[in-house]
This record gives sequence, C-alpha cells and structure tokens, in this order.
Amino acid sequence: MSRAAYDVAIVGAGIVGAACANECARHGMRVVLIDQDSAGGGATNAAMGHIVVMDDSEAQFSLTRYSQQLWQELKPQLPDDVEYEQCGTIWVAADEDEMQAVRRKHAYYSRDGVPVEVLDSESLRRLEPNLRNGLAGGLLVPEDGVLYPPCAARFLMERAQASGTTISLGVQVSRMGNGCVRLSDGGEFSAPVIVNAAGAASPMLTPGIEVKKRKGHLVITDRYPGLVRHQLVELGYLKSAHSVISDSVAFNIQPRRTGQVLIGSSRQFGAENNEVDHQILARMVQRASHYMPALAHTSAIRVWTGFRAATPDKLPLIGPWPEDSTLYLATGHEGLGITTSLATARLLVAQITGGTTEIPVEPYLPARTGSMEHLHA
Amino acid sequence: MNREITRQFDVLVVGGGPAGISAALSAAEQGAHVGIVDDNHNLGGQIWRGEATNCTSAASHWINGLSGKGVESLCAARVVDQIGPNTLLAETADHICELSYSKLVLATGARERFLPFPGWTLPNVMGAGALQALVKSGLPVHGKRVVIAGTGPLLLAVASCLRKHGAKIAIICEQASRASLARFGFSLLAYPQKIRQALSLRKDLSGIRFVPDCWPVAAIGDGVLEQLTLARGNDVENISCDYLACGFHLVPNTELPSLLGCRLRDGFVEVDDFQRTSAPDVFCAGEPTGIGGLELSLVEGQIAGLAAAGNVGDAHKLFRSRARLQKFKKKLDHAFTLRPELKKLPQPETIVCRCEDVTYGTLSRYRSWRAAKLRTRSGMGPCQGRVCGPATEFLLGWTPDSVRPPIFPARLQSLGTIPNIEPAQYEAMRGNQ
Amino acid sequence: MPEQITLMVNGRSVSVARGATVAVAVTVAGMHCRNSVTGEPRGPLCGMGICFECRVEIDGALHQRSCQILCASGMNVRTNEQGNYKTI
Repeated sequence: MSRAAYDVAIVGAGIVGAACANECARHGMRVVLIDQDSAGGGATNAAMGHIVVMDDSEAQFSLTRYSQQLWQELKPQLPDDVEYEQCGTIWVAADEDEMQAVRRKHAYYSRDGVPVEVLDSESLRRLEPNLRNGLAGGLLVPEDGVLYPPCAARFLMERAQASGTTISLGVQVSRMGNGCVRLSDGGEFSAPVIVNAAGAASPMLTPGIEVKKRKGHLVITDRYPGLVRHQLVELGYLKSAHSVISDSVAFNIQPRRTGQVLIGSSRQFGAENNEVDHQILARMVQRASHYMPALAHTSAIRVWTGFRAATPDKLPLIGPWPEDSTLYLATGHEGLGITTSLATARLLVAQITGGTTEIPVEPYLPARTGSMEHLHA
Repeated sequence: MNREITRQFDVLVVGGGPAGISAALSAAEQGAHVGIVDDNHNLGGQIWRGEATNCTSAASHWINGLSGKGVESLCAARVVDQIGPNTLLAETADHICELSYSKLVLATGARERFLPFPGWTLPNVMGAGALQALVKSGLPVHGKRVVIAGTGPLLLAVASCLRKHGAKIAIICEQASRASLARFGFSLLAYPQKIRQALSLRKDLSGIRFVPDCWPVAAIGDGVLEQLTLARGNDVENISCDYLACGFHLVPNTELPSLLGCRLRDGFVEVDDFQRTSAPDVFCAGEPTGIGGLELSLVEGQIAGLAAAGNVGDAHKLFRSRARLQKFKKKLDHAFTLRPELKKLPQPETIVCRCEDVTYGTLSRYRSWRAAKLRTRSGMGPCQGRVCGPATEFLLGWTPDSVRPPIFPARLQSLGTIPNIEPAQYEAMRGNQ
Repeated sequence: MPEQITLMVNGRSVSVARGATVAVAVTVAGMHCRNSVTGEPRGPLCGMGICFECRVEIDGALHQRSCQILCASGMNVRTNEQGNYKTI
C-alpha cells in the first residue's frame, strides 16, 4: 500500500468521520478517510436520524443547538435522498410534574433564543391527534428535524471526496498513533494529524478512551402518512439516557418522509451481540403503544439494533488525546451523533488549525476524562 | 388488547402443504400431540390449494386424515418470530399465539422466483402459481386470454388448471431449451407416476401452443396488461393478452429455518438422513431442503414426522423411496436452469424492488445487497426482500443479509409480547448460530 | 350456485361468491389494489401473501393483504387509488 502524503487521516466513515473529513477538506487539508466497512457501517446506518436540541447539560445544549443551526444552514444543499424534514420535536408531558419540567425547558431554551412553544393538552391533541388521551401537554421545538442517516453520511463523504479527500473503505485498521494509521494488511497511512472517529469501536484503536457500547433497538413500520407529524419524545427520555447501569426504554418515535414511523428507544450496557433482545424490545414497544395506542395495530416490518458510543458524562470527546500529540478524537456521541456531527467537525478542525470556536470546547476535550473515572458506576 | 393463545405440542409443524401435512399425520400416528400452522385459510399449501374439499383427490385424503388423528390446525396464522428456546410466535387476524414444542418440523415450502423485465409491474402480470391461486380463490378467467411464461413444470400444471376454469391459453413459453426439456422428458421414464402425470397433462393441454427457448421481453399496456412481447432466439413476437402468468421456477422459504439457526448449503436447508437440521430439535422437509416436487415432499415429510415422534425405524424404511425421488430433484434442477439472456431483460428504468420502486439502473451501481439496501431502501419494504432478493441474486450475484425478526411484517403489538424466559436463556438460544 | 355476498369497493357495491378473496372483489370491481410509492398501479404478484402488492384498506385498517383475506358481507374496501405515500 502506498505511503501517500496527507494532512489528516480519519478513521471511521460514519456521520462524524464523514463530517470531519468534509470540514477538513473545506479548509484545504488533504484528507484520507478510512473505514473497515462501507460508509456509516456502525451506528450511523442504524441511527434514528434525529436532529434535536437536548438540555441534559449546558454543554450538551450548546453543542446540539450549534449543530442544529449548522444543519439548517446546510439544508438547501442537501440532496433529496437525505430526506431532511424540519418536522420539529414535541417533548411530551404525561402529568403536571412533567409540565413543570416543560416550563423549565421553555425558559432554558428561550434564554438562548431557541424557538419553543408550550403546548397545553388541547394544543397537543391538535398537533398530534393520535397521542393518547389524558396527556398534560408538551414543549414544541419547531426547528428540530429528522433525516435519513445513511444518505446524509454519504453526502458528506462525497462532498469531501469532491474536494480531494481519498476514501479508503473495507480496510481494517490494526493500530493508530504517532502520526500513523497501521492497517491489518500491513499497509499504512501517515499524517501529522490522525483522528479516531470510530464510534463504538474507538477504544479498540485507542486504549484508554472512556467509551462503552450502548445497545439500542429500533422498529420501523409500513407507511402511515399523517399518523405521526413531529418527532415525539417523552420527558423521561433524559432519565433513560442518563442512567449508566440499567437497561431502560423511553418513548421516542419519529415520522420518516416516507410516512413510515420509526419507533425507539432502548438503552442497554454490557450487551455485546447485535441480536434482537425480545425482552427489551417488548418493553420498548409497550411504552410506545402506551403513549400512542394507534401504533399497536401498525405493521412493523423491520427491527434492528445498533451500538451507540457512550461516555461517562454523556458528552462526546472532541479534541487532542493528551498521550499522543498527533492523535485527535471525535467520538463518544451516544444518541446525538447525527445531531452534533457538524458541530463536532467544526470544533475538531478549529483545534487542529488553532482557530477560534463558536462555542467553548473545554467540556468536550478528551483531556477531561481523568476526572470522569467515578462516573462509570 | 392482544388476545393470547398458548399451545404446547410434542411436534409442531410449520407449513400446511404436502410436506407439512404428511409430517403432521406421520407424527400423530405415532401418538404424538401435533399442531400444524399455516398462513392460508385452509391447509394444502400452494400445490394442494383448495383440494381439502375435493373428496376425490389424494390431497384431501391426507388432509382429512389429520383431524382424525387429533392434529390441531392453526390456519391463517403467520409465524413471525422465535420467542423462546422452543417457542414460536405466530399471528392471526385477532390473536397472538405462543406455540411451544418438543420437536419442530419446518415445511415452509417455496415461492416463485420473479425476474424483472419492462412492464412486469403492470396489473395482471403475476406469477404462474399466483394466477392459479387467485383463480382458485375465485378470480373469474373464463374467456380471458392468458399467456404463461417462465420456466418449470409448474407452468404446465397452471395451464391445465386455468384451462379447466375456461381461460384461453394463448401460448406457454418455456425459457429452457428444447434439448433440455427432451432430456428431462426422457428421464421421466424412470418415474411411472410422473409419466402418468405427464400424459395426463399432455391430454389436458392438447392444442395449446408450447414453445421452448422462449421468454418474455416486455409487458405493454396503459395501466394494465394489454400485450406481451416474447423473444425466441432472435425472433420477436407480440401477443395480446389479459393475463400473464410468469414465474421462473421456485426458491425455498428459508427465512424461518435461518432464524432458528439452521445451517444452509447453496441456499437450501441442510438436513441429515432423518431430515434433522443443524438446530437442535428442528427438522425440515420439502422444498426448503431442495426443490423436488410433490412426491419427494410427501416422503420427506413422513420421514421427518416419524423421526420427530421418535420412530426412526419406520423412518428408515422410507429412505429408498426418498433416494429415488431425489434423483428426480437433480434432473429438475438441470432442466430448468435460467439462461443468461434473462439477465439482460431489465432496462435501467425497470423497477426491481417493487416495495420501494428502485430501478435496475440505480441498483446496479452498488456492489452488495447491503450497500444498495441502505442507500436506496431496496429490500427494506414489507416483502423483506422475498421478491427482489432472488432477482438480484440472479442479476447481480448478490447474497442477502442474515435474517432478523420479525421474519414477516407483524402487528407492532405482537412485538410487545413479553417472552416468558430468563434473559440468560437468550444467549443459549442463539448459541448455535 | 355458490352463495353470493356483497361488499363495498371504493364505494361501489360488488357481489362475489362466498370464499372469494378481497383481491378477487377488487378485480371484479374493475380496480387495481394500490399505487406504488412512485404512483404506478399495482395488483397481486405472488398470490400467496408474500409480495404485499395486493394491499388495500379494509374497514379502516391499512396494509391488508387482499389475496389472503376472504370477503365478508358488508366489508368496506378501499384501494390506494389516490396516489402514493410520498409526503406526510
């Protein structure tokens, strides 16, 4: 294999790696993008494809908001098969307690200029007639959206390619470090900057990365146009995403442009195989049907699993790896990889070039991980 | 809410065609408590569709024997998943069924292979067995002009049935060569029963134009089939017609066997002499082990049923019959191999994946089933690749992905059935994969 | 003469023999079952319930495989004649 001259070698051609390649290329860097499979072969192809502003923490809020805006800017250039729909998200409140959380969220999002609207039970029913009776209301975030991840990743990758990036797919990496990406077949790529964007597989390439696999399940139905109009998430979603040890499910469904309904979500640690787990699938389906009874009779045509890359503090790792001056990380995005891919790319490139960033990078720096030990319970 | 049915059987048979019926009866005769489950409203599968009520047929003899032996039939029930080590989940219109077994016999049969060509998506273009099935389900074809095309002995059986229902068979086009067919015909001499069938068919079909080395090139019509263009070598012919019954032989239904961990070889379920698969307690009989026709299915079903019920001695006695019929199976394969001209039939704008309307031009850009699937959604529709999978395998050499539940679109609430087993048993369950 | 039953297909009254499937009723009514995602007219392909090209709406329930369902008296069948399911 040839030793070509690159400025950056990125391992992992999922949405994050592809976004980073695209951004690096935009800055005139010579990039090689490497993946053991086809583009998006990991979590990206399995992903729900939501673009959602999330407020589990300030840092998460900043990153998701910043990235959501970048997606909106990119939208006019997205081809049809990316199926970007600004359908908005409704955080659904089951009771008065959750309505309080809705109002807190409203204040928080508004403070940063994110358009939001509190819905009472009447308005909620008008916007989503198929949700069950008796819900208290919700929070509408109209600028959130959904897209089709495999084609989004491909779009970014092809854009990078059009700017001169070399794509090397179906290539297994055995080691990366010290400016070198060593391949299983003996070849290698060298570059002054190497990036580990390998998602759930990133700890295999860089021992010591605090990323653990977090298994999820999704179900997709046949076409039921108009059944669901917005992405719908229960407020308990954050609790589920927050839990570090137990298996959990949360109501999270979204409409696809095709009219199919995508149903999630589940989270499990320690599940190594990608087989469908009937127990957690059943719980997830029951939860979804609890919020939207009409779903029970829809035709479910496929079920699949995927592995999110989860970090102890729920924030991704974007920036230099302290132990190797050539190595940068862009991984650990858990359930927000699609959302924050664009912002991740901007923050990464700014750190590589020494440029300024739109939002502070400290919360995402890999160097912070020393203080995270206590968080993996 | 979901109304549940729970059943336990000594021997559960999935598939109510000849193999399943013979397996169920054979097991029941040994005293086993047997259940048989099938997606159709009545037992009989494809080849014996509607035969249950035809008291002169051999089929009805088999079928009606079942209730006499206490076999429980669950019709209009689709198996969608495995929910426990020895438990399947099936769906009917109103119920969810948890079916447990000590031994399982898979007799899931086969389906037609469809190959795309321009216009094949027009209404009234359908499979050969498909038109026969519809006619048996009440479709009026009296006086209608029908072209039968594709390949395989099924074409003749369909022609005979349609003619009996008053259809005008304009032509039967068989893509196999005259030489192949002659060899096949000659080889039937070893099988008296098949000779009788062949002669009977010949009589039924007298006067009908039968053309080998002939295949469909384009179906034409405005919103519905009106005429068909056929090729024969370099010659081309246009035939006006109301229906095109077109199927290119059969492909095995191996989805459930795969889900259960049965090993496949060359696309068929691998079985030992007693029809045992590589999955513990699972037997397989009939077309999924190899497309071999009715008599072979019956014998394999009997062997599987006997073995599943523990009577290996009587099962062994049927080995000779089976061996003889398996030779027929080989001849079947050879005679009806698909010719390479069929790979050139689809044009770039010809739809290949009908669920998602993905064209041949789009698909041929990709190197694998999986890559095409993710980018174009081809194969991600409700047919779960059952139609486009065999087509792309022939046209592009693709092999489909591994099978995931549900193996058939299921009501969401069925997937909400909490299984009744310990989590630790899941690993054991999948351990033989 | 087998018993005849009556059902509605796209608002039109249709009479079929008992034991006929909904796919047959749709054909007898002179219609096709569905339009594909790009708007092509489609009818049954496999006749055995696996291709899903024969899907219709029966008594309000979408995606029913008409070749597998027996006609019942008073059934209300609607085909997807309006168009494909492209937009929400």
